Amino acid sequence: MLEIEDLCVRFRRHRAPMLTVLEHLDLAAPSGAVTGLCGASGAGKSLIAAAIAGTLPRNAEATGRITVGGKIPAPQTVALAPQGLDALDPLARIGTQLARFARLGGTSVDAPDLLSRLGLAPRVLDAWPHELSGGMARRACLATALATSARWLIADEPTSGLDAASADRIMALMADLAAEGYGIIVISHDLPRLSSVSRTVTVLEAGRPVETAPGKAFSGDGAALAHPFSRRLWQAQEVGASC
Amino acid sequence: MKGWLVPLLYDRAVRLLWLVPLASVGLFTLVSLAPIDPVQAYVGARVALVGPEQREAIAAVWGLDAPAHERFLVWAGNALSGDLGDSITFNAPVTQVIADRFPASLTLVGAAFLFSFAAGTALGLIAAATRGRWPDRIIRGVAVVLAASPGFWIALLLIAIFAVGLGLLPACCAAPPGLTAAEVGLADRLQHLVLPVVAVSVVGISPLILHTRQRLVAFLDSPAGSHLAAHGAGRVWLAFGPGLRHALGPALTVHLAGAGELFGGSVLAETVFAWPGLGQATVQAALGADAPLLMGIALATLLFVFIGNLLADVAARVLDPRLRPEARHD
Repeated sequence: MLEIEDLCVRFRRHRAPMLTVLEHLDLAAPSGAVTGLCGASGAGKSLIAAAIAGTLPRNAEATGRITVGGKIPAPQTVALAPQGLDALDPLARIGTQLARFARLGGTSVDAPDLLSRLGLAPRVLDAWPHELSGGMARRACLATALATSARWLIADEPTSGLDAASADRIMALMADLAAEGYGIIVISHDLPRLSSVSRTVTVLEAGRPVETAPGKAFSGDGAALAHPFSRRLWQAQEVGASC
Repeated sequence: MKGWLVPLLYDRAVRLLWLVPLASVGLFTLVSLAPIDPVQAYVGARVALVGPEQREAIAAVWGLDAPAHERFLVWAGNALSGDLGDSITFNAPVTQVIADRFPASLTLVGAAFLFSFAAGTALGLIAAATRGRWPDRIIRGVAVVLAASPGFWIALLLIAIFAVGLGLLPACCAAPPGLTAAEVGLADRLQHLVLPVVAVSVVGISPLILHTRQRLVAFLDSPAGSHLAAHGAGRVWLAFGPGLRHALGPALTVHLAGAGELFGGSVLAETVFAWPGLGQATVQAALGADAPLLMGIALATLLFVFIGNLLADVAARVLDPRLRPEARHD
């Protein structure tokens, strides 16, 4: 179980009070399941990923506790697949990059096997990042995180910028990885796809969690949702998904 | 796999085909407009012994009585058949003078090229890996001071300190004076190489330091760099591992493309250190209004710079796959 207790992120500002961008987030993510985090743009979603991975900007301050199995996680316990595809090194072949992340994780990696689990052909090992399509690059980015052999994975907006079919495949992949025993936290604004694979989805409004609901609650007109903001967000998504 | 190399070489060969005639016309115009009279420069101190008739005779032998465009056509015709004419100052064929002196210059410029690349990139990498701390501050300070210092002044300073003050290294020439080539050992040659190489390198080192540092800092700050850092990569590992290609690619391109500057620096250094290379010959040719030798050296330099730029293009494409045109059409 990966647990987040009372996570707050604040930004120091020049001659101004601290700017709080994330308040009192509690999250419990079991392994073997997908846990969703959703909110509109600017709700502080990516900051949660950065806080867990320890890549917050220098002027940010995080308080609260993040534990894995009740303990402070050792380095390399949680891997992060960042939002931008520029997280892939443009001057290294995919195979080289996977080997780097495996080395950082202190293991070796069966790269062709890893790629095939992600639905990528072995020839991708010899490809440069600029030769990959958006969907392939997204999978390669996930592959770098998985190559560290961490059992916890945070995927930040794994479907952004992808067409519907590719986005469906990536979300299905998240569910597959969870079924393999990984603990997966998916941060996404793509609520219909996120809720279809997540055990629970935590909804954020302007840096404040408003509701944690089961994935199944996001259906129909959202009557199963408790908070009006979650309902509005879900209804807005429904319109967006149908057009 | 190297599908981009042949088109690139073809493209550059075509460029050379129009560049050489254009440069020749430009150079010849400049040389014939120079205010130095070659006969006067040749006669020099013997001015009282040489009468006007003799001067005209010398000018006629050298073909100086013909108008400039006719002289150019004669020169171009001979150049096409491989004859670059005779040097007035050295009284020998231009190709001979260049062939005799090119090895000395190549040793100097080549050694300076390697030394400045090794020193410049190493210091740049260290600076970036220790950004904001004292090694970075010192290296940046040195780079800025070097960038602002004229090469000839550094050369004089080196002579004053290491040759005159400390007496550690020779102040001039490629070998001890008074010995024949057979008597000069390798140790002597290397000893004579040190100060000129350092003096020529100064031109190239500081841009390399600052360039390498900047490129590596950009990589460390990039999403790719922070993705690696988030999974435990340290700064030094990033700098000398994944970051190396990001930093060295542009550095090598800048350095190769700047080969012409090294050559220019060698003109000054060869003069200060009395180094018997092409740079020294250039100065003598210019003072003697030695048009054939100046043309020959200028064309040799043009080829040198052209090859440097070509290698820069090739190196950039080898190191950064995104620059290869075949990849862009994919």
